[in-house]
Amino acid sequence: MDFLRPASWEEALAAKAEHPTAVPIAGGTDVMVEINFDHRRPAYLLDLNRIGDLSEWEVGEKTVRLGASVPYTLIMENLRTELPGLALASHTVASPQIRNRGGVGGNLGTASPAGDAHPALLASGGEVEVESVRGRRMIPIDAFYVGVKRNAMEQDELIRSVHLPKADGPQQFSKVGTRNAMVIAVCAFGLALHPETRTVRTGIGSAAPTPVRARAAEDFLAAALDEGGFWESGKTVPPSVAKQFAQLASGACNPIDDVRGSAKYRRHAVGIMARRTLGWTWESYRGQERSASCA
Amino acid sequence: MRVNFTVNGRKQEADDVWEGESLLYVLRERMGLPGSKNACEQGECGSCTVRLDDVPVCSCLVAAGQAEGREVVTVEGLADFAKQRAGQSGCASGACGGTTVDAAKRWQAKPQSADGQTGEQVELAPIQQAFIDAGAVQCGFCTPGLLVAADELLERNGSPSDADIREALSGNLCRCTGYEKILDAVRLAAARGENSAAGQGA
Repeated sequence: MDFLRPASWEEALAAKAEHPTAVPIAGGTDVMVEINFDHRRPAYLLDLNRIGDLSEWEVGEKTVRLGASVPYTLIMENLRTELPGLALASHTVASPQIRNRGGVGGNLGTASPAGDAHPALLASGGEVEVESVRGRRMIPIDAFYVGVKRNAMEQDELIRSVHLPKADGPQQFSKVGTRNAMVIAVCAFGLALHPETRTVRTGIGSAAPTPVRARAAEDFLAAALDEGGFWESGKTVPPSVAKQFAQLASGACNPIDDVRGSAKYRRHAVGIMARRTLGWTWESYRGQERSASCA
Repeated sequence: MRVNFTVNGRKQEADDVWEGESLLYVLRERMGLPGSKNACEQGECGSCTVRLDDVPVCSCLVAAGQAEGREVVTVEGLADFAKQRAGQSGCASGACGGTTVDAAKRWQAKPQSADGQTGEQVELAPIQQAFIDAGAVQCGFCTPGLLVAADELLERNGSPSDADIREALSGNLCRCTGYEKILDAVRLAAARGENSAAGQGA
């Protein structure tokens, strides 16, 4: 095994081009587990810790550019306003020690359907900035997950950052597990209201071969909110709408039975989380509308 | 490969390190610092917790090469680390502002030759003393990780709520105590820290 320690992003890209099988390691919270357990013996480890740029973020006018290695702890502490869904999801990642090391780039690189960041990223929308010596490209998050633990990246590419729109409305994240800390999601659900475009977006984790959106549920809810004039009136969403939204979210799942839970349970739980997160986000939206009209 | 880093304030050099080796392995097997414990090797249990450039991490998940040029504090260096911090910030150890009744009760003659490496015969950090006094140690295997994590919590937050303590220690598993005595120990250390700060008029 060889340990590559590029000091800059350009050096990292060159190293990855020269050794396409090199395994990038940043927080190490996935890679080191596999090495410790002898599940993986890569010929090259490509350490990204020395590249400072990867641990930085920039808040722009419309978007946040979040470096691939910004640890979850810093997302929770610094980006709760701009990226509320991701900040909530970050808070459910494992433990403080893991959140101090792991970042979104690792979740995206591993592309496990159980990664906690994925539902929040799907609900927010955004793009993954990947680069190789051949050039840079932006992969829409909707096109990023292509199979079980497979993403849309080429072998010589590295993840530099994610570009996420600043939240224009309430966002929520919910996760089912046997306890609060140190738990891999049995299933998870993210919901983002986008009042500016009168749309809603969702993300489902651990309930299909890849993280997925519940598109039928999104379309249904957006249409129901629009037709009923709910965005303007801020009225309570009728239970029938919430119920239908939950059923459609359930229907978007394609889960398996495994040690963490049964397929049937996952479908059920995703429906419950969809209904609850709709309740939480909509209450928050109504609250904002009310205080805006009183002001 | 060779790795150079600072451990508990001393520059160290490890040779013939295998590229896939963890920081934990280097500490235990090459530096002779077995305080950080090797249990789950997957970041679940927290018994290998150390400070890496001040940040608490599971040393089993840090590749040795990633520690190059960085500063590591293990449980063996915790007392010195706490002492230095107290020196910087006035007082956090309870050792200043005169001798407290607590400290007087705890007093015992100390042997001179503290080697600062194995952790034997050295002064304890306030959190370590609190763990002893509260009976928070049973088999002791989880203790080093808990000490490092709890010490960092009290550094950030001198008056943590129970929720703060539970959150800060949520990455450390203990299978003996049921955690209650551990929570007591952290509260005790926090209270002593507050008392000594108050005694100083700080």
